[in-house]
Amino acid sequence: MTQQAENIETEATEAKKVENLVQFLSFTLGEEEYGVDILRVQEIRSWEPVSRIPNVPSYEKGVVNLRGAIVPIIDLRERFGLGHLKYTPLTVVVVLQMETEQGSTRVMGVVVDSVSDVIDVDKKSIQDAPDFGTKVSTEFINGLASVNERMVMLLDVRKLLKLEILDEADEIL
Amino acid sequence: MSIDMAQFHQVFFEESFEGLDIMETGLLNLDMGDVDAEDINTIFRAAHSIKGGSGTFGFTSVSDFTHVMETLLDEMRDGRRQVTQPAVDVLLGSVDCLKEMLTAIQDEQEVDVSRVSEYKKSLETELNGAEAAEPLDSSPVDVTPPKPSSTAVSTESSEKVWRIAFSPHSNLLKTGNDPVRMFRELASLGELTVTVDFQGVPDFYDLDPEECHLSWNLDLVGDVSESEINEIFDWVEDECDLAIQLISTQDEDNDPEVGSPVIEQVIETTEKQTKAEEVVKPAASTSPKVISKKAPAKSTPKGNSSIRVDTGKIDTLINMVGELVITQSMLSLVGEQFEMNKLDQLKNGLAQLERHTRELQESVMNIRMLPISFVFSRFPRLVHDLSAKLEKKIELVMVGENTEVDKTVVELLSDPLVHLVRNSLDHGIEMPADRLAAGKPETGTITLEAYHRGGNIVIEVKDDGKGLNKDILRAKAIEKGLIDADAILTDKQTYELIFMAGFSTAEKLTDVSGRGVGMDVVRRNIQSLGGNIEIISELGKGSTIAIHLPLTLAIMDGQSIAVGDERFIIPLGAIIESINISESMINRVAGRGETFHLRNEYLPIIRMHEIFDVKTAQATKLTDGLVVVVDGQGMRCGLFIDDLLGQQQVVIKSLEANYRKVEGVSGATILGDGSVALILDIPGLVRLSNQ
Repeated sequence: MTQQAENIETEATEAKKVENLVQFLSFTLGEEEYGVDILRVQEIRSWEPVSRIPNVPSYEKGVVNLRGAIVPIIDLRERFGLGHLKYTPLTVVVVLQMETEQGSTRVMGVVVDSVSDVIDVDKKSIQDAPDFGTKVSTEFINGLASVNERMVMLLDVRKLLKLEILDEADEIL
Repeated sequence: MSIDMAQFHQVFFEESFEGLDIMETGLLNLDMGDVDAEDINTIFRAAHSIKGGSGTFGFTSVSDFTHVMETLLDEMRDGRRQVTQPAVDVLLGSVDCLKEMLTAIQDEQEVDVSRVSEYKKSLETELNGAEAAEPLDSSPVDVTPPKPSSTAVSTESSEKVWRIAFSPHSNLLKTGNDPVRMFRELASLGELTVTVDFQGVPDFYDLDPEECHLSWNLDLVGDVSESEINEIFDWVEDECDLAIQLISTQDEDNDPEVGSPVIEQVIETTEKQTKAEEVVKPAASTSPKVISKKAPAKSTPKGNSSIRVDTGKIDTLINMVGELVITQSMLSLVGEQFEMNKLDQLKNGLAQLERHTRELQESVMNIRMLPISFVFSRFPRLVHDLSAKLEKKIELVMVGENTEVDKTVVELLSDPLVHLVRNSLDHGIEMPADRLAAGKPETGTITLEAYHRGGNIVIEVKDDGKGLNKDILRAKAIEKGLIDADAILTDKQTYELIFMAGFSTAEKLTDVSGRGVGMDVVRRNIQSLGGNIEIISELGKGSTIAIHLPLTLAIMDGQSIAVGDERFIIPLGAIIESINISESMINRVAGRGETFHLRNEYLPIIRMHEIFDVKTAQATKLTDGLVVVVDGQGMRCGLFIDDLLGQQQVVIKSLEANYRKVEGVSGATILGDGSVALILDIPGLVRLSNQ
């Protein structure tokens, strides 16, 4: 992700374009639009009641049974401090997965307002996330992409899934 | 047609390790004065199969090494050699060495050659040190007259020319033997010339590709003894006509009958296979030796681990599946034409189904159960070696070796137990002179006992040594700054000190124990298995360390409870009783902590809805709800809940796989309606409520 402020929509050859294209699943949280690498998305489900986990931050909603596996559900709105929205049957849970260093797969569900689209982003057009200092947490944001004049914040799934480890460190401190 | 031999490697390693265990046990049980030939025979057979197997798979270093052991054992078996303690010790050492070699090969690591040759040398010294080496012609194939020159340890380096006529019976291939493999073995002994005779090959139409119609004439030039050649043919001796002939000694002219194109083809195949083998092996074989002797780099074990299951268990399983199928078809019959008067039939069927499912579940779990003797079996050796080293006299008693535990538990239990037994040996049992002075028998006793209690398995390591000295423990803990000088500790707490990190009472570090990896690691290991460990000790009489472990890590009996609209599971084994308490039983300590009085005991109350922050809880007054008296690692307390729901078997699912560890919760399970319920961890809850 080099700092390439200018969005260079050049007449690159088709082949080269495909090579540099990355697909993201975009979804909305309030007015904001986010994207995750589509290869990290396992499935999209509707919200269903969770089993609460005691003594954890409120954005960690609880766990559900996903075909025999216990999967945590995180509310991204609350995680990013955007306030809580009442869950309806239309609320969407995006199930993300990631390989850990140990070779196992970790799975987590994130609650979002709605899923919008699958977007193609040219790697070169991805911009670094701006630094707001400590005021706004941008640690999960990998970069910014522009799609049809809208800004999409691309999330780092690896860091998202590592939420708990960060929290654990907080607890110790 | 080449078969991928790698698929059999796992089986070979398993069998070999089993064989090594048999050898070790056999060697330890040998009574020097009166040796039973059958015992030696058992050891010999184990060595022989390892040799055969390793030869087949091309692990020549292993087969060469085992061969020397076998020779020694063979002489013992025939009574030509006295069974002496030094010889047994050398053999025991060799068993260790073999184990290391096999582990190295299994992990695709490089075998530590220097160590192997060291052992091989001592084995050979043992062999030669005996009465003048006698001719060893115990070779099973007695085709040629014995030659006095072929001794067991051939020290002459003369070149010999052997002519081997090998005509296998037609069914050779069906028994899984491959001539090419054998020729490769032969080729490793010396210079090999192969001539094939394909006169026996029938017309194409009559040809059965599964039969062997070829026969071979092999010329082998090299410093090879007849028994070495015979060995290669050991496995096929009943399936071939074999003639081995010594043509000449120190005769370079071996009149090779090269000419037929088939010969080269065979040799080429051999080479190709050898190459393929090399490719399979990782680059490790060419990389410089970096593996240290003491701690070989622990690589992740290759492939899936496997388990040997008693056929009886599998038969039961098959029976049960049969029953299940019958019940299922009966139920579907009822379902097809259902009328209200068949309701009873349906209910019966469902009850049966439930029973079968539970039985099936139990037997499936049973497959994972292994007798604890898998762990115990290594201790006779350990005690034998260490007591000799420490010059102590120790008898090891093992009780309840057939107690069954989950495979995972067995695997993870072994290191902590070794540590405990070492500790007992080193620090517990006194020197013989001290024991006599203390009025105790000269020989100390260490008892390893395993038994079931409730849903737990208990393993005790007991010694009749000097016991733990509370004053020394205390002084040491103060000195190390682990406790305050004026701390008041109960006996139990004092003993628990030895589990603290950085605590070692041994005045001087010995080779055996006290190397820094302490009891704190042992306790951590046990706790990670969901168990706990406790010490009972009496000064001058001995100590007992008891490990309590859950029987299995995957399934358990649980009691589901309700707190508000949330469901939790309490391990049934932890529950002592459930009661309704009255106001008169409740006492408050310092206005905050609540206790209740139950049969002369004051137990703390943990309000579940407070500790887990359940807002929907119905009962907030202690007298409204129920108190479940639970026992967590010796700490009793009452859990205040809304209601008891029902008992059920729960499958334990890990929370940590996708989430993380949550204090007070040991795992999760999936209830009948598909929702998730958390399983309570009682000791964790107690810790949580103390915060």
